Amino acid sequence: MLNGDGGYPRQWAMEHMIQVGNFFDAEDFVEVSQAHMMADTESLGIAGVEFVEKLASYAKQERTVQIPMITDPRGIDFDHYKALNQTDEMANLERRAIDAFQSLGILMTDTCINYQTIMPPVRGEHLAYGDTGVVIYCNSVLGAYSNFEGGPSALAAGLTGRAPRYGMHLDHNRRATLRFSVEYLPDNLVEWGALGALIGKHTGSYWDVPVIEGIDRAPGSDDLKHMGAAIASFGSVPLFHMVGVTPEAPSLSAVCDPEELPRKVIAASDFESFFGSYGGKGDKVDVVVFSAPQLSIIEMSELASLLEGKKIHPDTTLLAVTSPAVAADARRLGISSRIENSGGKVLQGMCFYQSYAREMGEANGWSTLLSNSAKLVNIIGGYGYKPALATMKSCVESAVAGEIV
Amino acid sequence: MTTRLLKCHVGVGPRVTGEALVTDDNFSARYDLDRIKGIFSRPQHKLAGESYVDKILVVNTAKGGVASAWMLHEMRSRGIAPKAILFNRVNPILAQGGALANMALCDRFEDGDVTTLIQTGDIVTVDPAIGEVSVSTNREG
Repeated sequence: MLNGDGGYPRQWAMEHMIQVGNFFDAEDFVEVSQAHMMADTESLGIAGVEFVEKLASYAKQERTVQIPMITDPRGIDFDHYKALNQTDEMANLERRAIDAFQSLGILMTDTCINYQTIMPPVRGEHLAYGDTGVVIYCNSVLGAYSNFEGGPSALAAGLTGRAPRYGMHLDHNRRATLRFSVEYLPDNLVEWGALGALIGKHTGSYWDVPVIEGIDRAPGSDDLKHMGAAIASFGSVPLFHMVGVTPEAPSLSAVCDPEELPRKVIAASDFESFFGSYGGKGDKVDVVVFSAPQLSIIEMSELASLLEGKKIHPDTTLLAVTSPAVAADARRLGISSRIENSGGKVLQGMCFYQSYAREMGEANGWSTLLSNSAKLVNIIGGYGYKPALATMKSCVESAVAGEIV
Repeated sequence: MTTRLLKCHVGVGPRVTGEALVTDDNFSARYDLDRIKGIFSRPQHKLAGESYVDKILVVNTAKGGVASAWMLHEMRSRGIAPKAILFNRVNPILAQGGALANMALCDRFEDGDVTTLIQTGDIVTVDPAIGEVSVSTNREG
């Protein structure tokens, strides 16, 4: 492939992976069974779309991916982009990107919850996954092996069926380097996200691996989804262990030498000060967003129940963002229409912060954004929003009142 | 004017020279930047309001998600990008992004914390292929 016999796309892929592998002292490649790629046009830009279109211009046998390859959320829900004041220019760029990716043989799943909805990896499976929330969940909760693969590297892995063997592909990098003892057990999704944020803030770099003690019952998939996404967002780390819960940590000593790692306590007061830093009662709310990660069918159902018999304030927009697969189920089960009857919008295949959030905010006059996603409030300040954080129930009550309750 | 040579791990991208913009804060293209204006936009970032265009950006580590891998390429295509980014320790995303964008990017400096070894305003030449960074400064000491 490297000498070009397999065509330019695979030659580019090999050259790209060798550069990255050399950077991280990889000794060889590892075969990977699936690739998952960030494919939103806000991050690709015109230059990125043109790059993929160039790869797509080669002959089919030269451009087709060699392993199953799926995509992260895109930037546009074509049924709603006009109502959100996104532009035709954005939608047209998105269409070009979709055409190019599909001609490479990529399945446009448009989701960051593929581990809940498409094909959860198996323990020990080597992968090339994009989206930090996807990677940390699959590594930590399912015991898979993947680095953070940005769009270009995931694409290179898809075209070749391999990835440079460094980082999370090597067992010695998966040992815990930081130890957290949790004294307050989170009670809902936003608190699980807050725990992830508190841990993520303490990590120094990608190479830190937190181990968490003190969780005395198995959290749910959505709990760990929010926690993992927040650890990865605040900390940019791809793996955590939870003693007695995650597969590589049946005991503390399985992932570290307990004598060597000092314990950092996370207490109820840490949660209080974290929540205190986001939003204030009585502030007007412009937009309430449930997204990052996309909602599971269980979260969609809970949201519909909380909205039952209520009407969202006319000056507030409520967005529930999910994957195309969950959206189809939610439509079939009447969940989406219950959310819409209260004035909410159900968006699919996108994620709020990957969807031209700055331009949407300016076009709609949105400033204060309320969410139950610790990950989203961490990101969205850089896009010009004033973020606030609350439980799903409080978010709904605030959307009805038009102000933070 | 004094010049010092710093050794680091072999990086990616071309040899470049430019003026340093230094912080002990971290870096994410998606979280921290207004990529249209070419400034740091996240209010909590220590470089908030500063232009990064054509600078040799010196930061602690990479934070945030995978988007930076596409974004460095996109920023460079419009000419509104740093010339190079130096880290104490980088994550795979920024290294991958540097490779696609052909942007100079290095980390793991032998002499310690790069955010104290280089100061804003220093003239810096980055040679990723051999893992060397030369720093020229007008200050004494």
